[in-house]
Amino acid sequence: MTLVKTKIGRRAFIRNTGLASGGLVIGFSWLASCKMTPEQVNSLPDEWFDLNGFLKVGDNGMVTIMSPNPEIGQNVKTSMPMIVAEELDTAWKNVIVEQAPLNTDIFTRQLAGGSQSIRQGWESLRMAGATARHMLKEAAAQAWGVSVDEITTKDGVLTHEGSGNSAGYGEMASAATAIEVPEEVQLKDNGDFSIIGTDKKNVDGKKIVTGKPLYGLDVYKEGMLTAMIVHPPAFGMKFKSMNAESVKSMPGIKDVFHFEAYPEDTEKRWSDGGAIPELVAIVGDSTWECMQAKKALDVEWEEVSKLESTSYHDQVLASLLEKPQEEPARKDGDVDAAFAKAAKIVESTYSAPYLAHNTMEPMNFFAHVTPDKAELLGPIQTPEFLEQTLVSRLGMPAEKIDVMMTRMGGGFGRRLYGTFAVEAAAISQKMNAPVKLVYSREDDMTQGTYRPSYKVKYKAGLDENGNLIAWHVRGAGTNDDLIFENRFPAGAVDNYLAEKHSLQTNVTTGAWRAPRSNFIAGAEQAFMDEVAEAAGKDPLEFRLELFDRAINDPVGDPETNDYDPERYAGVLKLVKEKANWGSETGKARGVAAYYCHNSYVAQVLELEDGGDMPRVDKITCAVDCGIVINPLAAKNQIEGGMIDGIGHSTFSAMTFEDGRPEQSNFDTYRLMRHSEAPKNIEVHFVDNGIDPTGLGEPSLPPAIGALSNALYKATGRRYYKQPFINDKPPLVG
Amino acid sequence: MATFKLNINGKEQEVDVDPSTPVLWVLRDHLNLVGTKYGCGIAQCGACTIHLNGTATRACMLTVSSVGNSEITTIEGLSEEGDHPVQKAWLEVDVPQCGYCQAGQIMTASALLEKNPNPSDEEIEMAMNGNICRCGTYTRIKKAVKLAAKS
Repeated sequence: MTLVKTKIGRRAFIRNTGLASGGLVIGFSWLASCKMTPEQVNSLPDEWFDLNGFLKVGDNGMVTIMSPNPEIGQNVKTSMPMIVAEELDTAWKNVIVEQAPLNTDIFTRQLAGGSQSIRQGWESLRMAGATARHMLKEAAAQAWGVSVDEITTKDGVLTHEGSGNSAGYGEMASAATAIEVPEEVQLKDNGDFSIIGTDKKNVDGKKIVTGKPLYGLDVYKEGMLTAMIVHPPAFGMKFKSMNAESVKSMPGIKDVFHFEAYPEDTEKRWSDGGAIPELVAIVGDSTWECMQAKKALDVEWEEVSKLESTSYHDQVLASLLEKPQEEPARKDGDVDAAFAKAAKIVESTYSAPYLAHNTMEPMNFFAHVTPDKAELLGPIQTPEFLEQTLVSRLGMPAEKIDVMMTRMGGGFGRRLYGTFAVEAAAISQKMNAPVKLVYSREDDMTQGTYRPSYKVKYKAGLDENGNLIAWHVRGAGTNDDLIFENRFPAGAVDNYLAEKHSLQTNVTTGAWRAPRSNFIAGAEQAFMDEVAEAAGKDPLEFRLELFDRAINDPVGDPETNDYDPERYAGVLKLVKEKANWGSETGKARGVAAYYCHNSYVAQVLELEDGGDMPRVDKITCAVDCGIVINPLAAKNQIEGGMIDGIGHSTFSAMTFEDGRPEQSNFDTYRLMRHSEAPKNIEVHFVDNGIDPTGLGEPSLPPAIGALSNALYKATGRRYYKQPFINDKPPLVG
Repeated sequence: MATFKLNINGKEQEVDVDPSTPVLWVLRDHLNLVGTKYGCGIAQCGACTIHLNGTATRACMLTVSSVGNSEITTIEGLSEEGDHPVQKAWLEVDVPQCGYCQAGQIMTASALLEKNPNPSDEEIEMAMNGNICRCGTYTRIKKAVKLAAKS
């Protein structure tokens, strides 16, 4: 057992009798309206006892665990409570999970982003469970007149062997609320875990497959109006005028007005990035009536800044690739001198378009703003930042603002930017009524906040023995400078130069699952393959050689190199073994590895025979994310991430003509479909007992590299331009 | 506005709406049946899939005035207790990630199995191709359809 101070998130462990009242209950009442399973209904306790902000124990031993972080499909609503239940030492079947609302008094970092929920929640979640277990043990010790150290727990039962006493948690729950919160608690040793590391199914699974209300769009409340917005048709345009009168009289329409979602004095933060300051709102009784009015509405827009086209972005990004960076992001040795004496030089340029997030559930939010109170409910990855912006936007203290999260129909980074919730609040305030704002798919896809467009140029030098002696990378992106200068192969090459540029554009961009990595990993790993081929070496062995160098004789300060070469090499070795790399399968295969979000992933991808764009037959994937909380869900995440990377790099693009998005729905924006998906996926985890790290993002980036490399083997040509489906060789003759 | 009598999940329901209103919004906005999801509004993503006389149909482009006496089944009516073989297989395989598209996927899969109880991989893919899953649960969906086919 490890003894730890309960200092982290200690506020959560100080019992607060106010917890069962006020804003919290409002949050739960909607979510709890979903029917429980018959077993749960039968076993609901008569009374609940709050032991701390994370959990309450019922008089019958049932435990309700609050899942603090937003659920976007990364499955934290199952895995975070698993950690609490583990340290509480109750059986998983006794657990009911509820989504916690935003509560900064109890929880820290209620945010879904950067694959950090488990990594950063690990300690406080364990402590929440362990603290409650200690209090239950203490209550039993007092009841039985024995020493607390002699009491053991298992599956929600307290036992004192010496006296033969035994009691369920429910029997001691009431007494436990009177026990002082301990200064220190003991945590389990990894070897004693009985819930962590076991397959647990999605706690919302039954509700999902039976169509119960779970998502923001499913919120319907008494007296609620529906609102839609009209945003400018092009980046670089703003509202000028409209003729709303005829539309206002359409059936079911309550109001049509121009409004500022973000008046100039609104204190904005990064989560308000991409906000369109002025919009038109259409408010009515139903979604279809609003959609009809939206079609009929005639709005005039005016140009306020350059109307940019994709050809312009491409041209400027290409020119930036020719421009040295004044102060390079990183410089080791002398690349110019090394290139001058290199036996071989390899050079390639890679590019990728803008991408939309395209969560299946379009942006939406419920808001009810009155002079005294603001109630917000919906899909948001950053509830705390939303509340802070609302304080400024509504001129209301945080205590009067309740932010509650629904399950989300996807996030992928889009819902980090809660501008739609601010818009909903502004519309509700104006209408003085409860309002659900709904984006149409077209609103959602053309609104912005895209994955930036990128280009990167690589140059590598090899000596006569095929050793990598120089590596030069220069990257550029729209509103983003792309390069992680301290990532691999920095530290593994004597002469290394990393340069980066950013093109400021008015096409708004934001974090998209595995930001930057979602492009740079594929480019880097594809280029690595080209370099290995030029060196006459096996691509996997070539990478391992470089990791050997980074392990044994790292270039630069090893602390600066942003990766652990042993863990990096570890996943490559594991995937080599599991995929039987080196043995002939008769299929085109590619390998790639990448490190991001604190985790290491390597993949071997195998293609079917034939065609211009052969289908993925099999992916073997090795992952080092430390302790795996829920292997079943972890595999799901890894699979989904790889399909995401492969699908988007193969099929998807957002392009612009004079500031207007040329894609607005799934007829023009292509996403991977069933018949194009990888047929078989195998996932292996490194078992090393290290504290858990990111899982939602790290499998996506290398999949693009593995695909590129396999495509080369299949077709004999390199793929430099995403989406690969359009990267066809020029017609000859 | 006009009154329509609809047969939904074996029950007669009456709504007073514009005749051009898609069944999707009748279900969601007027009948509180929110399991049928809005994804694209142009029959490209399949999130709104229902059964119309047993055939998988996109509710987002099916106007209420065109339904007549046809029987509509939504995800809420697929089974009483959520124990349709396809629903059970979905849970067994732990298919969902965000879960938003899954009602539509289940409705397409259950209509497929009704007509073709033992589909090949290719038949599953062809039938399911109109249903997008943005989270990438495709491999598990196929596994779950095959599991449901066995039962």
